[in-house]
Amino acid sequence: MSTVARVAGPGVAAENPQRLRARRARKRQNLRAALLFLSPWILGFLVFTAWPVIYSAYLSFTDYDVINDPTFVGLENYQRMMEDPKVRLSLWNTFVYTVLHVPLYTIFSLGLALLLNQAGRASGFFRTAFFLPKMTPPVAVGVLLLLLFNGQDGLINEVLGWFGIDGPNWTTDQNWIKPGLVLMSLWAVGSSVIILLAALRNVPAELYDSARVDGASFWQQTRRITVPMISGAIFFVVIVNTIASFQIFTEAYTAFFGSGNTTYSNDAALFYVIYLFQQGFEALNMGYASALAWLLFVIILIFTAIQLAVSRRYVYYEGEGR
Amino acid sequence: MSSGTLDAGRADASRVAAQAEIEARTPPAAERRPKRPTPVRILVVTLLVVSTIVFIYPFVWLVSASFKPRGEVFDNRLVPQTFTLDNYVQVWQEAPMALWLLNTLIVTVLACVTVTISSALVAWGFAYFRFRGRGVLFGLVLATMMLPGAVTMIPTFLIWNALGMTGTLTPLWAGNLFGSAFYIFLLRQFFLGLPRELFEAARIDGANNWTIFRRIALPLTKPALVVTLLFEFQAAWTDLMRPLIYLRDSSTFTIPRGLKALVDQFGFGGEWHWEIIVTASVITTVPMIILFFLGQRHFVEGIATTGTKG
Repeated sequence: MSTVARVAGPGVAAENPQRLRARRARKRQNLRAALLFLSPWILGFLVFTAWPVIYSAYLSFTDYDVINDPTFVGLENYQRMMEDPKVRLSLWNTFVYTVLHVPLYTIFSLGLALLLNQAGRASGFFRTAFFLPKMTPPVAVGVLLLLLFNGQDGLINEVLGWFGIDGPNWTTDQNWIKPGLVLMSLWAVGSSVIILLAALRNVPAELYDSARVDGASFWQQTRRITVPMISGAIFFVVIVNTIASFQIFTEAYTAFFGSGNTTYSNDAALFYVIYLFQQGFEALNMGYASALAWLLFVIILIFTAIQLAVSRRYVYYEGEGR
Repeated sequence: MSSGTLDAGRADASRVAAQAEIEARTPPAAERRPKRPTPVRILVVTLLVVSTIVFIYPFVWLVSASFKPRGEVFDNRLVPQTFTLDNYVQVWQEAPMALWLLNTLIVTVLACVTVTISSALVAWGFAYFRFRGRGVLFGLVLATMMLPGAVTMIPTFLIWNALGMTGTLTPLWAGNLFGSAFYIFLLRQFFLGLPRELFEAARIDGANNWTIFRRIALPLTKPALVVTLLFEFQAAWTDLMRPLIYLRDSSTFTIPRGLKALVDQFGFGGEWHWEIIVTASVITTVPMIILFFLGQRHFVEGIATTGTKG
């Protein structure tokens, strides 16, 4: 109620007390209605976000296997994490994948968006074609990876063979598993293409007209006008994909992990979230898995902060008046 | 996104509506130029066609392989040398495909309907009402989007476990009863794009909060609601992580979880029966392709708006 008094101020104090009361009642009613609409989220936030975050932080200092009560072990989980060679391996794998995936994916989707922007009337058709792979369930993408990148009979190696290239064993050779996953990930580039294309269409045509008058080449126009003008959308694609690739799971898990996988050695595909999942739900080391989750959270926060800082320097947002 | 969000939101709904129109009316820059087959143009068309083949061919390959007998799955022929429907018969016998499809459909429909309703309610709460602390609360909504799922995954499992619901389909969708940050954000932007005078007028005419929301705001937000439904339909249909965590018995599997089980059984488990895995993959994927063609325009517009927001 103090709010109302402050908002109302001295000028209104002289107001008819009855009207003041009515106004207060209306305000209270308004808040009550708002809270009613917000109640699903507030409830969900408390139960499925706030409590899990707190409890996960607590679990990370315990030893917990679901059956017995958690026992407090202090920093043991975090110490173990430092020494666990699989943590190092999975972090390395995830890092390599991200470093390969994000730039390639961004450049590829930018190239396709630029192409689509030149496609004229047929762009709708091509856009559909580019987007369809994005609809494929990631499990099926994992299956397709095993099929298309099969070292002996896969389509990829057959096509490479046309050019006289002897393709590697993408799905079994430890050195080629991550590159294979990255190439497969480029197939599902569709949504980024659409985001970048939408940004391209918002670039004012006058900029190109005047550039053309000045005799700028296509390449110059792309570098000096297009890329800066859509840098906001490019940055969005980069940041979303970085966060997603830190959490890569389904495609790699489908293709290289699971019960009874005796076929492939899978060290090269052990990504961080896969290891976390194994610890949490296969080995039931829920305390240790919680600690792993917090490390992931911190890593993602740091990388996002770095990217935000970098973007302040390079990204141009229209109407910012810089 | 702090200060610009509100204005951006207002402009958004109209921008999306206008986008389709612009696409229809004004031809892109390339088209206004006289149409001579310049070398650049030939290059552009060639690249477009090549990339289309790259994107589409894996589907064609997969569907074609599902009609080939076991020995020919890998022959990379476009048209099967021996055409057979046996794989479809066999996969139906080896695995409870119909049951898996039904489970997936139940989860998917419940997930997308509940998340659309709850997110719309919450989004309206943030868009229409003005109250103290609204900015902070909405900031909290956005903050939850940054939180990796891995952090909440284990305690969330423990909640469902304590409720005795692990092993059932409930944990796969019931979290959606409470709205989802991304859709709340998306729908709020659309609500903010609606002219406020509309609601004031209705209020003067005696409409209450619920009527304003249900009869005026919701019908005007239909495109965004469809986008939410479609996005969540796809997300729920294709999810593997949660079925892996919550489902043990194969009779409760969703189709992606079932496909993974088939990969384990007919792949890693022994000899590779690729024909079964290929066929199950087709069955898992086809509903998503149909979904895309039903809601293509909404998918494209929905994705385009998520990118122009940030």
